[in-house]
Amino acid sequence: MAAKKILKYVIFDIMRSRLIITYTLLLLVLSFGIIYLGRDITKATVSLLNIVLLIVPLVSIIFGTIHFYNSQKFIEMLLALPIKRSNIFWAEYLGLAVSLSIGFVIGTGIPLLAYGASVTGVYLLLTGIFLSFIFSGFAFLSAVINKDKAKGIGLSLMIWFYLSILFDGLVLMISLFFNDYPLENVILVLTALNPIDLARVMILLKLDISALMGYTGATFEQFFGSMMGTIFSIGFLLMWITLPALGALRLFNKKNF
Amino acid sequence: MKNNTVPEKVKIINKNSGEESNIISLYDTVEQAEPQNEIISIKGLKKSFDKNLILKGINVSFSKGTIAAVMGPNGSGKTTLLKCVLGLVRPEAGEITVNNINIKNNCEYRKFIGYMPQTPRFPENLKVKELIDMLKDVNGNECDYDEELLIKLNLQAIYNKPIGTLSAGTKQRVSGSLSFLFNREIIILDEPTAGLDPVSCEIMKEKIIKEKENGKLIIITSHIVSEVEALADRIVFLLEGNVHVNSTVDELKDRTDESNLNKAIAKIMVNHGS
Repeated sequence: MAAKKILKYVIFDIMRSRLIITYTLLLLVLSFGIIYLGRDITKATVSLLNIVLLIVPLVSIIFGTIHFYNSQKFIEMLLALPIKRSNIFWAEYLGLAVSLSIGFVIGTGIPLLAYGASVTGVYLLLTGIFLSFIFSGFAFLSAVINKDKAKGIGLSLMIWFYLSILFDGLVLMISLFFNDYPLENVILVLTALNPIDLARVMILLKLDISALMGYTGATFEQFFGSMMGTIFSIGFLLMWITLPALGALRLFNKKNF
Repeated sequence: MKNNTVPEKVKIINKNSGEESNIISLYDTVEQAEPQNEIISIKGLKKSFDKNLILKGINVSFSKGTIAAVMGPNGSGKTTLLKCVLGLVRPEAGEITVNNINIKNNCEYRKFIGYMPQTPRFPENLKVKELIDMLKDVNGNECDYDEELLIKLNLQAIYNKPIGTLSAGTKQRVSGSLSFLFNREIIILDEPTAGLDPVSCEIMKEKIIKEKENGKLIIITSHIVSEVEALADRIVFLLEGNVHVNSTVDELKDRTDESNLNKAIAKIMVNHGS
């Protein structure tokens, strides 16, 4: 109950910050631009997808980490009130994730709606929200682990770099080195290990353009068909939301402020 | 006036493996605080950071209607001790009770405590008014607010300013007023006058004394000896993670044969060194 009240004010505070407004405007401009230039809404959605997969995790994790360090003193003040630690954590976490999601939905949703989005557009919004939540969790995790702000931001950048760039390289290397073996199952498992890949697969399954799907997408299609693939990826995305957040909560409960 | 009915209390704790130190020979009375007035009791409190033992087994208790000053050199664990009481820092060993409630795994006891941190920082984009409303909201909107400091420190003039635009001293004033807002029985102030202008400083001190007379316990940390001398009834002096001295101000002066608190404290520290 107290958590809900704090949540309200945390969202108030974040929604007014310049960074989140810039983020929303940036997404607005990008989305309008891409859709306008792309003409075809499906092609535009794919281009938009690639940008969303890059920008949303980056902004979420960096903004989230900085936000945690900036709120630390305020959290300290809240902790001196008769409120459970876990409630304060959830209020802060949800406040961040919800604000980022709102910014994203406004920035990407309005252009998509204006140009008549398909189901894929809705899925794009959904993945963006998932990614905002997941990377808010990572942000809090790395901020709770590191007392030092610079180290925390460093770790966050590394997580982002690993998941959005390094990981694909690794998968590619594995598939090159072991291309004599049946790798489908391995690739499936590897994909589940990266929320960004999962998000990509989820959208691409909806788009039904096999040429663009790449290795992981094709395997998914083959194994599950569209429906099962979507359920599978949503399930794992949900797991990716809970794991970092719960990890961060555990450490938060033990933390010395 | 200060100790009208309560007998003078002195308690010296020496944790250095039971060795007699020269301090024990300086003071011979070892008494417990009055149990009926005792509101915070700390027993065997230990805390370390990165294998550095900051608090090495603190035993101390605080009673209602007093102003206690926690003093000690930088890094002696003053803030850590207070944060342990607030539950901000999780101790490794020891027991803390507030109003006879063991604070471990409990958050309800904090409704007895008002806290002013050393360096306050609030959400930058909220307005002062919104912050106050939020705190009232979170605290369940009890109606018995003590808005005296908010008025006296002239904070109503800045109610509609975002907190991010306020100066450090103004934030300190806001923070100080908030610690008194909810009429808590215990008020913990971590360096309450640092960064305040002389006028605000005086208002703050008056308020502290007034609330003490209302029967509250006020714990302050401070490096300003004159301030402690003017305010405090008791001094808890921390040194290297132990309670080095715990006595009333007058007694401290008597025992060290110094009329000046500054010199008395210097003497304690020198004695410790020898």
